[in-house]
Amino acid sequence: MSDKKAIELINVCRVFESASGNVNAVDNVSLEIRDGEFFSLLGPSGSGKTTSLRMVAGFDRPTSGQILLYGKDVSNLPPYERDVNTVFQDYALFPHMTVGENVAYGLMIKKISKPDREKSAEEMLDLVQLPGFSGRKPSQLSGGQRQRVALARALINHPKVLLLDEPLGALDLKLRQQMQVELKSIQKRVGITFIFVTHDQEEALTMSDRIAVFNQGRIEQVGTPAEIYEHPATPFVANFVGTSNLISGEVAKRITGSEARFSVRPEKIHLSKTDEKFDADMFSVGGKVRDVVYLGLYTRYLVELDGGGDLVVVEQNLKTTSMDVMQAKDQKVSLFWKKEHIRYVGG
Amino acid sequence: MLKRLSTFFYLRPKLILFLQLSPPLLWFLVAYIGALIAMLINSFFYLDGFTGKVVHEFTLRTYVKLLLPTNLQILGRTTLMAVAVTLACVILAFPLSYYMARFASKRMKTFLYLAVTLPLWSSYVVRVYSWKLILAKEGIVSWFAHLIHLDGLLNWYLSSEALGGTSLAVSITGIFIVFVYIWLPYMILPIQTALERVPKSLVEASSDLGATPAQTFRNVILPLSFPGVVAGSIFTFSLTLGDFIVPSLFGNSSFFIGKAVLTYQGTSGNIPLAAAFTMGPIIIMIAYLLLARKLGAFDAL
Repeated sequence: MSDKKAIELINVCRVFESASGNVNAVDNVSLEIRDGEFFSLLGPSGSGKTTSLRMVAGFDRPTSGQILLYGKDVSNLPPYERDVNTVFQDYALFPHMTVGENVAYGLMIKKISKPDREKSAEEMLDLVQLPGFSGRKPSQLSGGQRQRVALARALINHPKVLLLDEPLGALDLKLRQQMQVELKSIQKRVGITFIFVTHDQEEALTMSDRIAVFNQGRIEQVGTPAEIYEHPATPFVANFVGTSNLISGEVAKRITGSEARFSVRPEKIHLSKTDEKFDADMFSVGGKVRDVVYLGLYTRYLVELDGGGDLVVVEQNLKTTSMDVMQAKDQKVSLFWKKEHIRYVGG
Repeated sequence: MLKRLSTFFYLRPKLILFLQLSPPLLWFLVAYIGALIAMLINSFFYLDGFTGKVVHEFTLRTYVKLLLPTNLQILGRTTLMAVAVTLACVILAFPLSYYMARFASKRMKTFLYLAVTLPLWSSYVVRVYSWKLILAKEGIVSWFAHLIHLDGLLNWYLSSEALGGTSLAVSITGIFIVFVYIWLPYMILPIQTALERVPKSLVEASSDLGATPAQTFRNVILPLSFPGVVAGSIFTFSLTLGDFIVPSLFGNSSFFIGKAVLTYQGTSGNIPLAAAFTMGPIIIMIAYLLLARKLGAFDAL
């Protein structure tokens, strides 16, 4: 990674006009993505992340604003004149071509000789761990294999930036986790800037060097996974990335002495059935367990606070069994957590 | 009671399949395959020129007669016309179908659907006759040609031996124009359906990988919509091969297969030769489909 800027979005807006009124799909977004970075656009559906990606690819054009690729304005260039390639959500493999022809498509367009492009296609298929698949048809492949072919096809042109539009969305959990690790290692090996669109916060946290969190066409926060998770800048980020307890008003005042809204992560809270003594650097509050959800690795408690409001608490099942944790229902408990684990969030 | 009946059939899926399929299959066997076989058998009989009666014995005599130069000319002329009509229909249908499938708004698409299929609601013969008025010597085309001072060009064209005639309404060109008009919807609809089935992301992927619109068209859109072109051309091709109304109304003395069949089985009672003539289009169609398969038209199905 270097400090060179791979992609710059400058005040980019995209307005979709329709009979029922205009929609600001992307609303004045500015963003810098560095050379060699694994950068994620994270947000719920309709937040503008995919539209932003499509504008970088050239499938869509900004209503206003500029998109720079290594300093060059590409805002009005068609996709085939941009040095970026895309891995599509539905893979978009050409059904009438073999895997090998699919992967070599970009080279065929560049009129590279057949033996040369077949050799390159084989190398790319090796990279994505599908050696010897070039003769098959896409319809004969599993979802995970199609995904890899789409990746090989997009990488064969050695683009300056690779765009990935929720590429793992259709895979099952195990395969998705495996592909996450693999994508990351491929990115390190080829050294290309990756822009990765996802609505899965865990995926974004796992893979990214930096993340931009999108909401309603705007960017809420840009930062490393740790920054986003530990220092959410807005209530939206606190809630969307991981679960967060947002407390404000009267309840906040009783806990911290101030009415300012704060967030605290469920895993930072300790839950105790006895009236344990806690240290001076901790906040505490009493309550009653309303619900217990046993999730194998950990247990989630919903605790009703004395005097209103509730908090989600997560505890690992280190020594407890499901029988133990279920007994906590309707019990009086006290909750405490270190003062440093709360974040004051505006709004 | 009804529930018991449903359960009875639920437990016997093969029985329900049998009941469901036997009426259409029976119809298909008797009305289609049966008729074809009857025709095939008839083409191996022959007409006794002296008595004027059909002799019911196996012979290749009729086929030998079919291969006379005049008859071969009819087969050749009809096939050439069918090819020309099909090509013209593809050229006219593709851009419109492409627009309908890719760019038209929902309302525009509904409108175009109606516009394309609306002519099919009215009688075929009426529509063909209306072209008689358009193409006649005193018709709209010659009136318009006169208006823009191009009657010289029209007359020059009509004086051409192969394509012309006394007016467009009595010429090979007239037959061609009316055929293209009549069969165009049968080409537009299958192509439009095929194009609609090409996902937008494939077009984007091709363009993303560096292909210009022309390259994307050649490498992605055309191969994937080719089955639709083949389906449409089966309609236009076979309908042109078999039609006798248009050549009768617009033709000069030159025969087409349909007209020949009509004459042989109607006027001269030569049913064997009429049957043999009909085998011509069938063989041409089979050859065409085999060729289309070889070109990979059905790979994407």
